[in-house]
Amino acid sequence: MDGMALLTITVLAVFVGFEVVSKVSSTLHTPLMSGANAIHGIILVGAIIVAGQAADPWVLAVALLAVVLATANLVGGFVVTDRMLHMFRGRKGEGK
Amino acid sequence: MTLLDPVWTSLLYLAAAVFFILALRGLSSPRTARRGNLVGAFGALVAVVTVFLSARLDNIPWIIAAIAVGTAVAAPVARRVKMTQMPQLVALFNGVGGGAAALVALLELSHNADPWTRLAIVFTLLVGAVSFAGSGVTFAKLQELMTTRPVVFPGLPVVMAAVLLAAVGTAVAVVLTGSLALAVLLMVLGLAAGVLLVLPVGGADVPIVISLLNAFTGLAVAASGVVLGNVLLVVAGTLVGASGTILTRAMAAAMGRSVAGILFGAFRGGSTAGSTAVSERPVRSSSPEDVAVLLGYAQRVIIVPGYGLAVAQGQHTAAELALALEARGIEVDFAIHPVAGRMPGHMNVLLAEANVPYESLKEMGEINSEFRTADVALVVGANDVVNPAAKTSSGSPIYGMPILEVADARQVIFLKRSMRPGFAGIENELLYEPQTSLLFGDAKDSLAKVLGAVKAL
Repeated sequence: MDGMALLTITVLAVFVGFEVVSKVSSTLHTPLMSGANAIHGIILVGAIIVAGQAADPWVLAVALLAVVLATANLVGGFVVTDRMLHMFRGRKGEGK
Repeated sequence: MTLLDPVWTSLLYLAAAVFFILALRGLSSPRTARRGNLVGAFGALVAVVTVFLSARLDNIPWIIAAIAVGTAVAAPVARRVKMTQMPQLVALFNGVGGGAAALVALLELSHNADPWTRLAIVFTLLVGAVSFAGSGVTFAKLQELMTTRPVVFPGLPVVMAAVLLAAVGTAVAVVLTGSLALAVLLMVLGLAAGVLLVLPVGGADVPIVISLLNAFTGLAVAASGVVLGNVLLVVAGTLVGASGTILTRAMAAAMGRSVAGILFGAFRGGSTAGSTAVSERPVRSSSPEDVAVLLGYAQRVIIVPGYGLAVAQGQHTAAELALALEARGIEVDFAIHPVAGRMPGHMNVLLAEANVPYESLKEMGEINSEFRTADVALVVGANDVVNPAAKTSSGSPIYGMPILEVADARQVIFLKRSMRPGFAGIENELLYEPQTSLLFGDAKDSLAKVLGAVKAL
């Protein structure tokens, strides 16, 4: 991927990131932060790639540590967010 | 062996990126929030399956074992954690994500000679390490493993400046030489900077710092995407970095703070020194029966829940008390400060858990003018969010934070564990006012006693 294309994608993603959360009420600040926190756990994909290319045991060990940490971020993040949002259920009989 | 050609791989990563955008949008509205989170989790699943099918990977059994370990550690903790400990868990997960990004960048260094890629590597190393260490200190503060007060020592700004200068110098050297040893040194400097950044932050501002570090980790992940040439990591990381920045500013605005003020206030000195002395001045303490009489013969009661209620797990008892009062024809509302319970929206979650109807939860802007018409303001385990020092005392650490105007109510009742000051470590003048009475004890016990007394009226 050439640098210009990556830069274009990055700039567009910044605007999307600003837009999607610009009107959130303070009630949802905590779950939103927690959900965004889970999303950056996708570094797991990077950790898997690095671990999959590791030839030397030392590199593999560090890469596997990164896989464990990233998994904890990803899985834990989504589970904890889901639990938080579960509490919002049943209000006015509509929320899910 | 790879099962997917590059076109399909790119399409699936694009799909995962779209799921993440939809997830963030869904999370911004109460009606769609839960579905939004599930959409995000699904996007992550798509991405992880895609990487297994498309990249040439060795060590697959090891990788799967590592994923199993990570899941086995995180999922049960996330499922069992008490709602009150949620903020520190989010900090912890954020920190390990930053750590993972830094490790990925470290291992990629030997494969990349291009200076721009190396620049992305040093950025990831530094920011990931800052996020890891900063989140660790945040966790320790919220878990009360260390003092929640700002930790400042003479020469802190000098040390911080020295660490940052050394980091910049080391970063330049890494870009030029590609030395692994220097990269490790850079990571260590990043860890030191993370600790120094968060140590001086006062207790009440910690949630904002979590949000800021969350944005940092997002940026580190985006930079690691540049290193690996992986568009999904770039998009997901940038999304989190951008939305996290907006969210941090929104949280800071809700507390009447500026992000720069929170981070650098302590470096300038002065403003964060809280009074720690417990005053000997007399207060009016009362019994559960007195409180029940005040509440039971009021027309309008506003309950102000705070962290103490959350710690005592008293939200269900508070909800019952509200029902009992409503049964007597009294109008009852809950006044929710934006950061009640330590994190924005935290108290809403806890009270929703106790089935308090959404309509009774009033936001600060909506309820503040109504305290004047309230007979009783019942403050349960809150302190800083009703402390008039935020308006009157410019030297106070919480000065400028919007507060709930409970002093306008005819009577103010505090349910408190002790005279100990709140999280920000400052005294509350309101406790000594003539219209105030105090009922000491654990919030849940006190509420249960008051509830019993109200029912007996």
